[in-house]
Amino acid sequence: MLEAFNFRVLLDYMPLFLKGLWATAWLSVLSLVGALLVGILACGARLSRLRLLSMAVGAYIETIRATPLLAQLYFFYFGLPSLGIRLPEHQTGILALSLNSGAYMAEIIRAGVLSVSWGQIEAGMAYGLTYLQRMRYIVLPQALGITIPPLLGQAIVLVKDSALLSLISVFELTRAGQIITSERFMPAEGFFTTALLYLLIYYALKTFSTWWQKRLIFVQPA
Amino acid sequence: MWLYYLKQLMESFPFFLKGLWMTVAVSGLSLLMGTVIGGAAGVVRASRVPVLGKFLFAYVDFMRGTPFLVQVFIIFFILPEWGLHLDAFTAAVVSLTLYAGAYICEIVAGGITAVPSGQSEAAKASGLNWFQRMRYVILPQAMKTILPPLVGQYVLLIKDSSVVSVIGVTDVTRVGWFTVQRIPEGLMVFGLVGLLYFAVCYPLIHLANHLEKKLRSDFGGL
Repeated sequence: MLEAFNFRVLLDYMPLFLKGLWATAWLSVLSLVGALLVGILACGARLSRLRLLSMAVGAYIETIRATPLLAQLYFFYFGLPSLGIRLPEHQTGILALSLNSGAYMAEIIRAGVLSVSWGQIEAGMAYGLTYLQRMRYIVLPQALGITIPPLLGQAIVLVKDSALLSLISVFELTRAGQIITSERFMPAEGFFTTALLYLLIYYALKTFSTWWQKRLIFVQPA
Repeated sequence: MWLYYLKQLMESFPFFLKGLWMTVAVSGLSLLMGTVIGGAAGVVRASRVPVLGKFLFAYVDFMRGTPFLVQVFIIFFILPEWGLHLDAFTAAVVSLTLYAGAYICEIVAGGITAVPSGQSEAAKASGLNWFQRMRYVILPQAMKTILPPLVGQYVLLIKDSSVVSVIGVTDVTRVGWFTVQRIPEGLMVFGLVGLLYFAVCYPLIHLANHLEKKLRSDFGGL
């Protein structure tokens, strides 16, 4: 198996793979920022006292969670033009990824916010803190700490999901593997290298998450 | 105009149902085999078998650290190079099984380790052998932590099965992809695709939530 592995070709295509890695990185970072924004807004709306708003956002979250990302991606890719909206492929991809991941992030953030015990909020009220002050000084500092590990987990999922963008002809890491497969007919070289580079991102994020969790136990003993 | 397309879409509805059947068949088969493989792997992993444990660790990490799309490509394009030809359906089932198996392995191993070690020690002291301990003491208790995330994993499996449409399995997503070439109303076509996935996944998501609530209230102290 290894003797069939052509390292020379791999070396020739290295710039392409690195470009793919870079593209995957910035597509993921942009989608992650979008997803965080969507998640925070959706979480706020979900917890709001306006029943209609809360229900609408609930329906959005459930819909995203019960349908595959690929179907959502195609929905925007084939659907937006019929609404007269023409976006470049990578923007469509970032939009779909942000809306998809945002729904999961909303649930994670909500769990974090709800984990702060009601007594603390009441205590804040008794001190005469306003809603914003309670959020800023009591709820968020505690909620953020415990939401970071699941958020990082969701970030890992997002990086892997970004591979699907190659199917709407966005250039990224998986696309680089497809290119070497079709140009040189070397799928092993192409896709194993792709997989290896994804593993690199995965381990970096996972190590950070483990480190954070350890720190967390140190800061707030359970 | 869109009314005309809607009528056309309704006419091709039987194809969508066929696609849905394919989705259910692919994910159902992988679900069964993935549970068997993942369950066995999980028991091995929780039992800390020396060499096999390391191997399983690498397998699980590879499956969790790389996108499912890349895994599908590896199995569909690289195995033939090594002389193992799989048709699209088999390749889809194999890749989904291996993918789901890794996650199920983690869920099962986590459930088993969550059972307090005193239980296993007491069973050992009562003279039960390894198999009896697993069968009568550990697994029945571990089931309560395993079941909710397991059902959640099934939902992910069904959604991820949409990815195998790219190697030519005619599941719902692929039917949608074909249809959108003929009926250029992406929102409508993939709205329908999403609806069909929703119909399958939504009840399962609720089952998972229900199980989580029920099992937690039964075993509050565990």
